[in-house]
Amino acid sequence: MTRLEGEGGGDDMAIDGAEPAKPQLCNVPEGFDPNYLKLYYGKLFPYAEIFKWMSYGNDGKHPGCDHTYFGRREFSFTLENDIYLRFQSFSSSSELESSIKEKCPFKIDIGPVYTVDPAKRHAYAKAGDNVFSPVERELIFDIDMTDYDDIRYCCSGADVCLDCWPLMTIAIKVIDTSLRDDFGFNHILWAFSGRRGVHCWVCDLRARRLTNEQRGAIAEYFRVYKGNENNHKKVSLGQVLHPFLVRSYNEVLETFFEERLLPGQKLLETEERFENVLQMIPDESFASDLRGRWQDHRRSSNVKEDINIVRWQQLKHLSKSGKHKAQGLRRCVEEIVFSFTYPRIDMEVSKHMNHLLKAPFCVHPKTGRVCVPIDPDHCEEFDPTAVPTLSSLLRELNMGGPVADHENGWEGTSLSKSIRFFRSSFLQPLLKSCKEEIEASYNTELQQSKNSLSW
Amino acid sequence: MEVVPTHRKAAVPDATPALPLYRSAPQLEVRLEDFELFAIDRLRVLKGISDALSRGKRPDEMENLVSGLWKANMRHQDSSRVVEKDVISHFVLRLVYCRTEDLRKWFLSMETTLFRYRFRLLSASAQRVIMGELDLPYNSVISAEFENVKDKLNQVARSSVSAGPSLHTAETLFFKVPFEEVPELVAGRKVFIHKGFAYVAMHQVVSVVVTQFRSLLSKALVLTNRKWTSSIREQEQDRLTPIVEALSSSYIGPDYSQPEQFSEMSLREIDKVAASSFPLCMRHLFEKLREDHHLKHGGRMQLGLFLKGAGLKLDDALAFWKAELSRKVGAERFDKEYAYSIRHNYGKEGKRTDYTPYSCQKIILSTPGVGDHHGCPYRYFSDENLRAALGKMGVGSQIMEDVMDKVRNRHYQLACTLTFESIHGSSCDAGINHPNQYFKDSQKILQAKVIHSCSTQGIKCTIQADQRA
Repeated sequence: MTRLEGEGGGDDMAIDGAEPAKPQLCNVPEGFDPNYLKLYYGKLFPYAEIFKWMSYGNDGKHPGCDHTYFGRREFSFTLENDIYLRFQSFSSSSELESSIKEKCPFKIDIGPVYTVDPAKRHAYAKAGDNVFSPVERELIFDIDMTDYDDIRYCCSGADVCLDCWPLMTIAIKVIDTSLRDDFGFNHILWAFSGRRGVHCWVCDLRARRLTNEQRGAIAEYFRVYKGNENNHKKVSLGQVLHPFLVRSYNEVLETFFEERLLPGQKLLETEERFENVLQMIPDESFASDLRGRWQDHRRSSNVKEDINIVRWQQLKHLSKSGKHKAQGLRRCVEEIVFSFTYPRIDMEVSKHMNHLLKAPFCVHPKTGRVCVPIDPDHCEEFDPTAVPTLSSLLRELNMGGPVADHENGWEGTSLSKSIRFFRSSFLQPLLKSCKEEIEASYNTELQQSKNSLSW
Repeated sequence: MEVVPTHRKAAVPDATPALPLYRSAPQLEVRLEDFELFAIDRLRVLKGISDALSRGKRPDEMENLVSGLWKANMRHQDSSRVVEKDVISHFVLRLVYCRTEDLRKWFLSMETTLFRYRFRLLSASAQRVIMGELDLPYNSVISAEFENVKDKLNQVARSSVSAGPSLHTAETLFFKVPFEEVPELVAGRKVFIHKGFAYVAMHQVVSVVVTQFRSLLSKALVLTNRKWTSSIREQEQDRLTPIVEALSSSYIGPDYSQPEQFSEMSLREIDKVAASSFPLCMRHLFEKLREDHHLKHGGRMQLGLFLKGAGLKLDDALAFWKAELSRKVGAERFDKEYAYSIRHNYGKEGKRTDYTPYSCQKIILSTPGVGDHHGCPYRYFSDENLRAALGKMGVGSQIMEDVMDKVRNRHYQLACTLTFESIHGSSCDAGINHPNQYFKDSQKILQAKVIHSCSTQGIKCTIQADQRA
């Protein structure tokens, strides 16, 4: 039987079967601690799964496999005190594992696959120009709650709560659906960023080989929000919406706006807040009509109904009524909904092949939460405040007792659900496609070389 | 390109296309003076396009402009040699503009624009011929499938304003194309996309063709560069090399990466200079920085490189940024997180490239998000905010309306030029193309005013005299 010690753990994780010091063990304090991290990397981090993923089938025995593939991938470590180690590369799963265990990085980023081993880029640089350049990279998206600060009143900056998290749920739903239905991608991984946002990895071969220009085009396709600090009207829709926006509005935005954000964020509750909405209405008489009704609403209000919803119904109703009927006003209802719900992605992250992105299953150094995958089909159920933390996992390990003898340290902890999901819903189907692609491209090459031989 | 004649027989006697794809250099004899003259004529066209682009011309204006430029410069007295002139001039300039990344980028973008508008002017059948030459084996969408997506296609056609005059999707031919091949149509949501395929209407095909053309040319330029450095430059040392080198330097505007030799901006006068000579985009960043003691990354880059171009030395830049940012984040975090990127901009860290200040085009195209203050204010400010900012700069109400009119028509650089003229009380014929140009011209005028405050009286008199005459 082995027991882990939470604090002051030495290099070998202080496994000490002889004298288990029970009382202090189940009592791992909350927070982030480099020693906890060492235990996490020692027992819990899913090296094998990350290696399998990043190999994309090239670790197999098929003659079409490219065994240099994994070794040309850039990893980047951020150590304590903000020391960056860029262009790390590994030739095998065990090399990756031992380096992470040794360096114990606070953050692991994943970069592109380059033409040559990134650790040896200087040697190649002497040989000539342009030898060292990225050749493959997942299409990635980074959505961060801070970009929504002007439309959430519950918290700001680094904080998130269950009242603003629906914004992330919306982003996942809108973008995931479009990536699959519009762009035809299948292998998409969503992950919690550890604090206040989500990351998306599109891993289809087609996605990995996109040029920067094509990545930029997809990011632009998703961009509706164009405002900045100096413009009130953040969203300007044309006369007719693109089918993608129509679908997003009908299937996601409208419902989430009315059922979650309107009451959750109390968007129309106070004068200050409803002014923000009224500013988006181009028709001055319509806006002042509403302002008048809302300002002296207090007396007549029906106590049972949420005032935000009541006011929104008034706005919608009035915009359709004969008095203010105009094409522009109907569109403005949609513009308000888009402004308060539509995903805001960090364009720069998606546009360039060589942008780094934090690896899933890292631990966020500020919150101690693990960057677990999110199931896009059930993303409403995801609760960022219930994600396993470093200390909660260590407590589970300690409680686990004999179970800790498993081959995988994470069995029996609350991380196992996440890793199982990663394996079965993402990794397995991905590797199946990779195998097929490797075989297909090998056969085509074989065919071609046969043809040329016959000459 | 071979300037030496060879005697290979041309395989295509009749069907020389009106719009060549410049796949391979022509095998023909070129007189040395034609070599240079043709190239200069084509450069006039490209330069005209470049100016028009930076002034934010709309596609329909561009179409007229390109066709006019082409007619004015690319004729040949012997009409049978018009195509020859087209091809030769292209290949000469390819040699001229293959030699650095910046030159390649400029040439690629101008040639692609030229190609785009020439293609648009072709007849439908001529366009099909070019599609065939580019191996674009697109099948048109068959009617059974068309019925399924008809509504969506209609929706897209109506949603994009610039879709062209004919919106009757029923009569339009559609092609099913992998979305990767039409990035601009995807970016503008100008096509319906389903399961990885974009449904491209015949009149949008120009986008596909242009993308193909661009990628062919881009690859070719890299190859030409290799050939140039490995052999041609040496071989042609006495003959072509001097012509080639002279041609490129004469036509690209300054990039303002090196501050003017004698201009130097000191920290003491920076506030005064900011108020008098910064364009609005930089003034706004500067004021926000003074106010909030913080700017997000895009803003720090835009302002930082501008200041560098305006002559702020590295040490002063570090002191300037530290004075502001450290009030928000503390001196320690400044040294750790921000100082590096400032030294980086000055080419002292990382790749050690001396970074170039952003041009208007780059700033106009940037995409500021929440909390950002960079980008072109004429484009991103609301009507109200822009009026307030211009008022503060001293733009009178009469000119203000002209500026706002330019903004409404998306002529952001013209709006900035008008602002410049209004504030400085002097004309700016070249137009504003670069914030550092704005700065330099402004300084020039202000200094002249100080020195020659008496002699301006004289100039006014002559102008009045001219007007009377």
